[in-house]
Amino acid sequence: MTSARQLGDILLKVEDVSLSFGGVKALEHVSFDVREREIRAIIGPNGAGKSSMLNVINGFYQPQEGTIMYRGRSHRHMRPHEAASEGIARTFQNIALFRGMSTLDNLMTGRNLKMKKNLLWQALYLGPARREEIEHREFVEHIIDFLEIQAIRKTPVGRLPYGLQKRVELGRALAAEPSLLLLDEPMAGMNTEEKEDMCRFVLDVNDEFGTTIILIEHDMGVVMDISDRVVVLDYGRKIADGMPDDVRTNSEVIEAYLGVMH
Amino acid sequence: MQVLYAFLVGPFVQMGQAPVFFAEVVINGLLTGVMYSLVALGFVLIYKASGTFNFAQGVMVLFAALTLVGLMEHGVPVWLALILTVAVMVVLAFAIERLMLRPLINQEQIILFMATIGLTFFLEGFGELLWGSNVKRLDIGVPDRSFEVGGMLLNQFDLFAAAIGAALVAGLAVFFQKTPIGRALRAVADDHQAALSVGIPLKTIWVVVWSVAGIVAMVAGIMWGAKSGVQFSLSLIALKALPVLILGGFTSVPGAIIGGLIIGVGEKVAEVYWGPLVGGAIENWFAYVLALVFLLFRPQGLFGERIIERV
Repeated sequence: MTSARQLGDILLKVEDVSLSFGGVKALEHVSFDVREREIRAIIGPNGAGKSSMLNVINGFYQPQEGTIMYRGRSHRHMRPHEAASEGIARTFQNIALFRGMSTLDNLMTGRNLKMKKNLLWQALYLGPARREEIEHREFVEHIIDFLEIQAIRKTPVGRLPYGLQKRVELGRALAAEPSLLLLDEPMAGMNTEEKEDMCRFVLDVNDEFGTTIILIEHDMGVVMDISDRVVVLDYGRKIADGMPDDVRTNSEVIEAYLGVMH
Repeated sequence: MQVLYAFLVGPFVQMGQAPVFFAEVVINGLLTGVMYSLVALGFVLIYKASGTFNFAQGVMVLFAALTLVGLMEHGVPVWLALILTVAVMVVLAFAIERLMLRPLINQEQIILFMATIGLTFFLEGFGELLWGSNVKRLDIGVPDRSFEVGGMLLNQFDLFAAAIGAALVAGLAVFFQKTPIGRALRAVADDHQAALSVGIPLKTIWVVVWSVAGIVAMVAGIMWGAKSGVQFSLSLIALKALPVLILGGFTSVPGAIIGGLIIGVGEKVAEVYWGPLVGGAIENWFAYVLALVFLLFRPQGLFGERIIERV
């Protein structure tokens, strides 16, 4: 359904990236590109290197080989701070929220890089810094409305049920007004209803804000439904890349998922 | 029966009979309590931001006081010595971030804790190397005089120290709870990776926190040093901060303050009213017993974040 959409220019291009930890090769010569306003899925069996790929893109891991081209600029590797300030936001496979803080405060941390007033102003919390805080608060309230989490605004996130925590984490990423959003298994461990909600949010984010999304997901139904193009990884290598329908019928992909008869 | 009366009723009768004296005891307890809070605060700051217990906090108190006294002995005026000491603590914070925290990023908390033990020995030795190991007198120009108000005997220096401590503590509480940096600090405390992913600069946050902890240590060092002389035992007041932390919770600034006050008042009152019954010296162990009771019944402390485990 979405495959016929017009996609923009190339936003991110991963070229020939290899990453290893000691003798373990997590990624081997992986290349793919992501176009603007695209929903790009990365799939593959457990341990295929999907999360490693996201960690390379937002600078948590530094690959030994290859380059990452983002917004036309080529990088040997990214750095987390640089990635964040260039508009790459992410969520984590195992929720990484600030558990002791309220939903609102968690979302406000997402605005961190948008705060222009320097440390001293912030520390004194006087005039301009206070006005700035109010502006950011307004923006965050929009996201709270968008994700329908008004009721848990003041609740410490550690107390929220799993599905809502995932939603708050998405909210924190959105608060940064990202141009590229990395979602690491946003629907893992959810029930059908929660999954449908999350799917709707992902599609709405893409549609309303024009955000490019890279998505890791195990639920094939979801992947085939919402993504424009799919990369398939297996044992750190790319084994397929294309439209959902092409990937589904690719024999190597079927082998990787179902195993081969010997 | 008589024993029970002496322990459970007698002290309260005494309190009721001499309310002015009781008020004096409480106020003096509060004044001591502020000083405990001050030391505990240094621990809380670092625990919040690095998630590690800073074993070196006590030595940082000593080191700051030694630096200040050492500078003053070389004829530096008080105000300049204060500024220089603050500068030294900030430089120390930068060095700690660069040489200790950065190489150990993403390591287990216990490893960071071990590193702070190393830091303790380093600062102890380095302080002595620079300024010698003699007991030094610290005079910051506030007289240690007592005076009477409404029949209560109060100490001028204690009042001064409490005022400074209270101002510092109030400032820090607002800083943590209300400002964006405070929020960033709490974020770093909760999850390093997530903090990085939203672009919070870990290094800056660490330098800020260790600088502030250094300055808090300096203030504590001045207050305690001026009372009892600047010497090695100054680093042991950190031990008094432990029960304060257990009472208040390791992650709570208001907790450190109230914990300090409770212990200050508690041990003074216990000493004066129950001390004679057991032969005195309650002050020395009261705080630790109270901490033990808290560990049994409320391990997260009065204000600590609730420990929620999902199974």
